[in-house]
Amino acid sequence: MTDVADPTPAVTTPTDAGHAAPAHPPTTTGLTHNKVAMWLFLGSECLLFGALIAVYMFAKSRLPAGEIGPNDVFDIPFTSVSSFVLLMSSLTMVLALSALNRGEERNFRIWIVATALLGGTFIAGQVYEFTVFVDLGLGYTTNIFGSAFFTLTGFHGAHVTIGIVMLMSALVASLRGRLSPRNAETVELIGLYWHFVDIVWILIFTIIYLFPQ
Amino acid sequence: MTTTSEPPLQLTAGEQLVRPSTSLGVFSRPTGETGWKSWLFTVDHKRIGIMYGAAALLFLVIGGIEALLLRLQLAVPGGNVLSEDAYNQVFTMHGVTMVFLVIMPMAAAFANYLLPLQIGARDVAFPRLNAFSLWCFLAGGIFLNTSWFLGGAPDGGWFGYAPNSGLVYSPSHGMDFYALGLQIAGIASLVSAINLITTVLNMRAPGMSLFRMPVLSWMLLVVQFLLLFAIPVITVALFLLSFDRLFGANFFNVEAGADPLLWQHLFWIFGHPEVYILILPAFGIMSEVIPVFSRKPIFGYPFMVFSGIAIGFMGWGVWAHHMFTSGIGPVSVAVFSLSTMFIAVPTGVKILNWLATMWGGRLRFNTAMLYSVGAVAMFTIGGLSGVTHAISPADTQQTDTYYIVAHFHYVIFGGSLMGMLSGFYFWWPKAFGYKLNEKLGKIGFWILLIGFNLTFGPMHILGLQGMSRRIHSYAADSGFNLWNMVASIGAFVIAAGVLLFFWNIGVSRRRARGSLPVGPDPWDARGLEWMTASPVPTHNFDRDITVTRQDEFWHRKWRIGTDGKVTRIARAEDVAHDGSATGVHLPSPSYWPVVVALGLPLVAYGLIYNLWITGIGALVILGGLYGWVFEPPDDPEDHGHDDHHEADPSGEAGNGANGGGASGNGEGEPADGDGARQLAAAGTSGGPVAEAQP
Repeated sequence: MTDVADPTPAVTTPTDAGHAAPAHPPTTTGLTHNKVAMWLFLGSECLLFGALIAVYMFAKSRLPAGEIGPNDVFDIPFTSVSSFVLLMSSLTMVLALSALNRGEERNFRIWIVATALLGGTFIAGQVYEFTVFVDLGLGYTTNIFGSAFFTLTGFHGAHVTIGIVMLMSALVASLRGRLSPRNAETVELIGLYWHFVDIVWILIFTIIYLFPQ
Repeated sequence: MTTTSEPPLQLTAGEQLVRPSTSLGVFSRPTGETGWKSWLFTVDHKRIGIMYGAAALLFLVIGGIEALLLRLQLAVPGGNVLSEDAYNQVFTMHGVTMVFLVIMPMAAAFANYLLPLQIGARDVAFPRLNAFSLWCFLAGGIFLNTSWFLGGAPDGGWFGYAPNSGLVYSPSHGMDFYALGLQIAGIASLVSAINLITTVLNMRAPGMSLFRMPVLSWMLLVVQFLLLFAIPVITVALFLLSFDRLFGANFFNVEAGADPLLWQHLFWIFGHPEVYILILPAFGIMSEVIPVFSRKPIFGYPFMVFSGIAIGFMGWGVWAHHMFTSGIGPVSVAVFSLSTMFIAVPTGVKILNWLATMWGGRLRFNTAMLYSVGAVAMFTIGGLSGVTHAISPADTQQTDTYYIVAHFHYVIFGGSLMGMLSGFYFWWPKAFGYKLNEKLGKIGFWILLIGFNLTFGPMHILGLQGMSRRIHSYAADSGFNLWNMVASIGAFVIAAGVLLFFWNIGVSRRRARGSLPVGPDPWDARGLEWMTASPVPTHNFDRDITVTRQDEFWHRKWRIGTDGKVTRIARAEDVAHDGSATGVHLPSPSYWPVVVALGLPLVAYGLIYNLWITGIGALVILGGLYGWVFEPPDDPEDHGHDDHHEADPSGEAGNGANGGGASGNGEGEPADGDGARQLAAAGTSGGPVAEAQP
């Protein structure tokens, strides 16, 4: 997926104070290769998280009685707040893309930083949550619930982290003058990924935290 | 956005074919058209396809030697060629090698080489990702095989059932190599799937609608979708196994409450689509070869396509027939029995359509045709024994016996491998410019067919007699002696057939020197890939091809009169492009795919031995990605040597394409499509066009 973050066209493009991204790239579908590829990748990711969530639910149901489990560690209010923070980052992501499309570079940078900060806050919350769980006696190897929980949320956290790296790359590209409405699609694709990761979190939060244990 | 600059079908005209070498990236570009560097850093889908094929054949030899060792061990009762431990390793690696390192990359070879050609494209959508897929696969394969020298190969079976593959029962590092090596190969398959689907969806020639694509393109497309959705599931399973083994997680720790069925479900949700990933490319190849040598169009094209799609969907609903004896309950067994019977229907449709294609045709039994017909026959046997597994009471008897071994070898060897050997004989002249020797080929085919049936036919009997799979040896009074000996002899006959194939390559290559070129279309074939010179020039086609119907190329050579009589209207040489176009803007070679692929096995070694190595590997990957991202997919025209084509009026189209959607948005862009179509139209009306003018 690295081609997606490739900011190169801006280098070669004489940006004529422009608006209006290219009408249609010369492809069969009229979509760029990168966009098609990103959607395919996200389709594949659905199966990755689907399998991980299924593994988690299966593992939780196999937890022997008396072992430390979900009810002993989950702090729903705290996680609700961090979930809210992550969901808000989708809003700022949309605002960032919209600003870029209108050529408002300053606003774009503000919103992209906001998105990254919100994502970072979520990750910080997750790290905090993990340390609390470990203190409570739930480690990665403690039992089958611990393994499944940390694996699933860990995979999601890794995805968010990669998303933050991509956001920061977009910021750097913007600061170096390489982003313009013309190649806003690069940011749009990062946004697609970011929204996907958020949606996955909605599922994870609902299934793992909110479903009665 | 960025890589729209890669697919230009539009050609500039007039100047030399340029492989730009400017240094916009971190380092300068690799340059040069020949030598090992030109292969190592290539992004040309044809070279990548050839390397996929070569690697698959190399692994075929390795996997074949492993098979011979197994058959030596089992030739006589109480064999002592291999120790029990070595036997476990050899049968595991035989399976892993043949499935993941032979059949899959061999299919990838055909996909890479042929897909862009068959849809009339310049290259794949992401040429560098394509190169990455190749090196990533190779890194995974080599990583897996280094386990032989590092304390023992994987020994838990190619299916790696946990907890049997866990630390307790498999304490060597073998299964770590298995889990991590397949993970790396999986990345290669996933990236390749995304790449090829994008290629098919986005890069078809003008007029090449989906339902004008050759059946092979369709089957490969279905396979890529199967990979796209199956790989993540095995990824999860392999992660869980790795975490269990390396970090002490509890996913398969039965003491902690884990259920062994978890692995089986995850593995077979991947594993059964995988079966179709292995066979559908061969189906596609047979669907190309049989019409050509029957001199008839494929019978029931839409049925062929839709049955392939149906297999793609239904392949997700049959996985538990691998688990009938694992206690999944009567409802599951009933459901999966039914779905297993149903999936035989689209497969049967395909077999009947091949037969109907041959019916009344003017058959030419070239080696390629022999292999295809052989594959249909052998696959039918394998398919029929497969349907018997849908009868779960019978399956209970057959599970883990040699009957199963016989079944899937008939399907994967008799179907997939023979189908792909047919493809080798069929497309060899296209890729290398000379035919493989027919006489040696036919002898080789019969040796292989006889050896194959000698080896795997008796295994049906052995299985029904009760000989179980994966046993290291058997007692002399079990009644297995005769057929085991026959199977072992057959295995060496197969080896002779395979050796003859390699011998044939050498002989044909030597004889080809100095003889007449084979021409663009040696078989009077039908697909667009034959509409360009052999071997295919780097730029594939000289001009855009406008497709008006299925089998476009054939219809440009032949006309079907109102009375149904077929008359030749043009020679292939006149219709096909001669590969003389110059100044085609092509994606530039790149170091970075190799660098990133090199980092992956380092990460994997580190996870097994020392996390510092993982760190180094991660740095290599990061550095590679950094270089990759800051290197343009192809060097933009304003930095290349090809600036001067601005003077050329028809250069505009090429210009727009070079710069991608970005610069193409200028005045060149809206005209792009039209320009391309005009070029192509000129192409249809005959003769070399436009590029001759300047």
